Amino acid sequence: MTNEPASSAGMRESALFDRNVIHEIQRKAREGIYDIRGFGAKRKVPHFDDLLLLGASVSRYPLEGYRERCNTAVTLGTRYAKNPIELDIPITIAGMSFGALSAQAKEALGRGASVVGTSTTTGDGGMTEEERGHSEKLVYQLLPSRYGMNPDDLRRADAIEVVIGQGAKPGGGGMLLGQKISDRVAEMRDLPKGIDQRSSCRHPDWTGPDDLEIKIGELREITDWRIPIYVKIAASRPYFDVALAVKSGADVVVLDGMEGGTAATQDVFIEHVGIPILSAIPEAVDALKDLGMHRKVQLIVSGGIRTGADVAKALALGADAVSIGVAAMIALGDNAPEYQEEYEKLGSGAGYYDDWHEGRDPAGISTQDEELGKRFNAELGGRRLANYLRAMVLETQTLARACGKSDVRNLEPEDLVALTIEAAAMARVPLAGTKWIPGLDGKTE
Amino acid sequence: MCGIAGLFSKSSDFEQRLGDHLSDMLIQMADRGPDSAGVAFYRNPAPVGASKVTLFSPEQGYDWEIVAGELSAAFGGIHAPEVRASHAVIVVETDADDAGRWVIDNHPDLRVMSAGQTIEIYKEKGDPREFVERFGLRELSATHALGHTRMATESIVTTEHSHPFSTGLDLCLVHNGSLCNHNRLREQLRREGITIQTDNDSEVAAAYLTWKMREGASLTEALESGLDDLDGFFTFAVGTADGFAVLRDPIACKPAVMSESDDWVAMASEYRAIAVLPGAADARVWEPDPGQVYIWEKEKV
Amino acid sequence: MEAAEQTIETVDLSETSIRELNQRLHDAADGGPQNWRITHPDGLHAIGAGINAPLDIDIDGHVGYYCVGMNKEANVRIHGSAGVGLAENIMSGTIVVDGDASQSAGATGRGGLVVVRGNAAARCGISMKGVNIVVEGNVGHLSGFMAQKGALVVCGDAGEALGDSIYETHIYVRGSVAELGADCIEKELKDFHTAELAGLLAEAGVDADPSDFKRYGSARKLYNFNIDNADAY
Repeated sequence: MTNEPASSAGMRESALFDRNVIHEIQRKAREGIYDIRGFGAKRKVPHFDDLLLLGASVSRYPLEGYRERCNTAVTLGTRYAKNPIELDIPITIAGMSFGALSAQAKEALGRGASVVGTSTTTGDGGMTEEERGHSEKLVYQLLPSRYGMNPDDLRRADAIEVVIGQGAKPGGGGMLLGQKISDRVAEMRDLPKGIDQRSSCRHPDWTGPDDLEIKIGELREITDWRIPIYVKIAASRPYFDVALAVKSGADVVVLDGMEGGTAATQDVFIEHVGIPILSAIPEAVDALKDLGMHRKVQLIVSGGIRTGADVAKALALGADAVSIGVAAMIALGDNAPEYQEEYEKLGSGAGYYDDWHEGRDPAGISTQDEELGKRFNAELGGRRLANYLRAMVLETQTLARACGKSDVRNLEPEDLVALTIEAAAMARVPLAGTKWIPGLDGKTE
Repeated sequence: MCGIAGLFSKSSDFEQRLGDHLSDMLIQMADRGPDSAGVAFYRNPAPVGASKVTLFSPEQGYDWEIVAGELSAAFGGIHAPEVRASHAVIVVETDADDAGRWVIDNHPDLRVMSAGQTIEIYKEKGDPREFVERFGLRELSATHALGHTRMATESIVTTEHSHPFSTGLDLCLVHNGSLCNHNRLREQLRREGITIQTDNDSEVAAAYLTWKMREGASLTEALESGLDDLDGFFTFAVGTADGFAVLRDPIACKPAVMSESDDWVAMASEYRAIAVLPGAADARVWEPDPGQVYIWEKEKV
Repeated sequence: MEAAEQTIETVDLSETSIRELNQRLHDAADGGPQNWRITHPDGLHAIGAGINAPLDIDIDGHVGYYCVGMNKEANVRIHGSAGVGLAENIMSGTIVVDGDASQSAGATGRGGLVVVRGNAAARCGISMKGVNIVVEGNVGHLSGFMAQKGALVVCGDAGEALGDSIYETHIYVRGSVAELGADCIEKELKDFHTAELAGLLAEAGVDADPSDFKRYGSARKLYNFNIDNADAY
């Protein structure tokens, strides 16, 4: 669907072959390759907006803001690690690579996250000094590519995240195009400069949860069992996948819905593979409960988290925390209106720009270009991120207090109702004003 | 995802202790398969003209004498059931097909785990270490046996969903890996008249081999066409009356180790399951090649 | 090895846990025994993973997965065969296996030397990033898959899809190659390569003539997307 109405009566646009689809078919005919872009799924899918919280009234009583506490702290990795991660807020920064993002952007993420007491995560390029230096709590990803992987960084990480998949591309590997393989990126990734990086979709030394269990064992041995091991999965078959992540020994499961962003992948992958996070959380929580592990193996969810309302609803469905990627980039300054002219030169516009793979970002965030990178002030960016996170937490607390909760993790599915049948079925909460949850045939669970 | 183990005796001495050694192998595979365990033992041939069925009842304290009596009445002879935990082996004086069918038709409360001349399949939910004790596996003698420890991927954890799967007489399969085209194959095989009881992908593989062999293929040929028809990742170990076979898919992401000593031939998902066998330190150890069928049979060894 | 007096710390893995062994090996970086002998490995996993010092270690028997994973500086001799992921992501040091190595030997390794006297299975040197690997026997399929840096020397034969999607690793094979992978081609053995190969063979203690080997490397056609190469993807 396009965003503008037809320009005059009698001109009718096809719902199937709208202008965007026509443009894409003609581009394919010229270039012979799939469309690659950044960002997450852009089409509308059932999401948290389709759920509402039931605030207190006569049967339930709210808490006063400011005076009456509403805890937001969460501890991750209590299952096996000697040093679990203590977060002050239930919002973390998701894995985004140096390479996908500029070094300054990674530094800003570290600064902002540390000020509010949460963690950042490395990405497919390894750990930079900027990020380790500025991020008080840093989660280090182990990806199929193993770019930059080394035991010293493992040992100085606060947690390790074994990445099986991400929501934007379940079953896909990383991608970084030549224009972003700068000298520094090339060196960190041991690649020739300027080539289009191909990444594998499976890990090189294990396949399957039975062998993942042995791999996790090795990671624990290398780090003397000190730090938590997360397993990140794309939302696809979450009941099975979460159960298997637990069985293979994960301390924390990170579940990324199809809404989740990426720096670069095929548009068809982003839009057509994976399931909405709304539909994945109840399955994930079921798996944890069936194994007696809910709250013992913590669940972090991501994919289209934008506001404190999203956070509150995700927690109500049973998550222990959420993670943000695209939202963090936007908070830093991505797609800001002040660059409108430059976006137009790139054939886009503020609010539309998703060609992060090209590395020509006027905001200096999703680029390796030195000149563009200089435009981005890491200190200022860090402050903006911290502001955004604080504001989201305040929103989450406001909503939680309205529901009478002294701890945001006391939000529960019974605090939610749905506006649509799809959302009701997916989130397994009743349609507002009814007792009906489609698909549960009169059962409550 | 899972652990698999296979053990084949080369001497009658070793046969006496085969159950004990397979139990040790199974326990080494418990970490990679904590959900359930199962074994197929080939032992105690039924008398000529008769066959054996191994039956499972979910009911605690089930009275096996009743069905044993009914089978005697139907087919003749008097054969006491050999009970192990929730399973019982009963000799029936008819061929295995008829025996199995009779139970299916007359006892919907029971599940036929295996049928044939020598095969006995035991499988249950729960920790493999407990399984070995509950079923008294250590005391069993056998010419050869397969074992499996399960970490369920997509189908649920129940006794029926455990491996080994038997869809043919004296035939069974254990699988480490995950298939991805099993749903359409299941439909197709059911239409060919093969009985498939669960939604488990491994059972489809077993059914596929049964079908191929029913249509005249040898086990080797059936496994080789499996390379084309079964899409996914697998290490298979297949048990037959005479021995066992091993096959890895061509991509070969799932592990397999083989070993041979003077007394035995063994296979397992990890070497540490072989390390517990007597004489392992001096045994030949190798890794089976992908896409290659390996078979050990009684006459050939 | 120096002929100086050396005490050897012996650890029997049938009596000591992997956790305890590895903790002691890690602690040795701060000054502890430098010479070790490990007995009864019996296929256990992650033996010596994460060592961070120039220790000298003998392991008597077969090891499981990820033996000496992410090794830094240690020299290790395995008197048996190795399971999956031997010396995965090795940073430095020399690892020698007397027997065979299972899949993904030297996977993603970034430095050091891995020597396999027997055969290595599939995916030997997968995604290697600077390690040098010398195999006296054969290697299985997809060896050198997406190999980025370093050298892979195979004195025997190589399986299918050798060097598929290879970047800049040098592959030398003396025996036959069942099939070359996408973008991997035979290349000329120039003086530089002969010298590199000779050096690696010597370092690995392998008696072989560099001129018996052929060199394989990237055709570099997949470095930037070109619609005419779409079939290779």
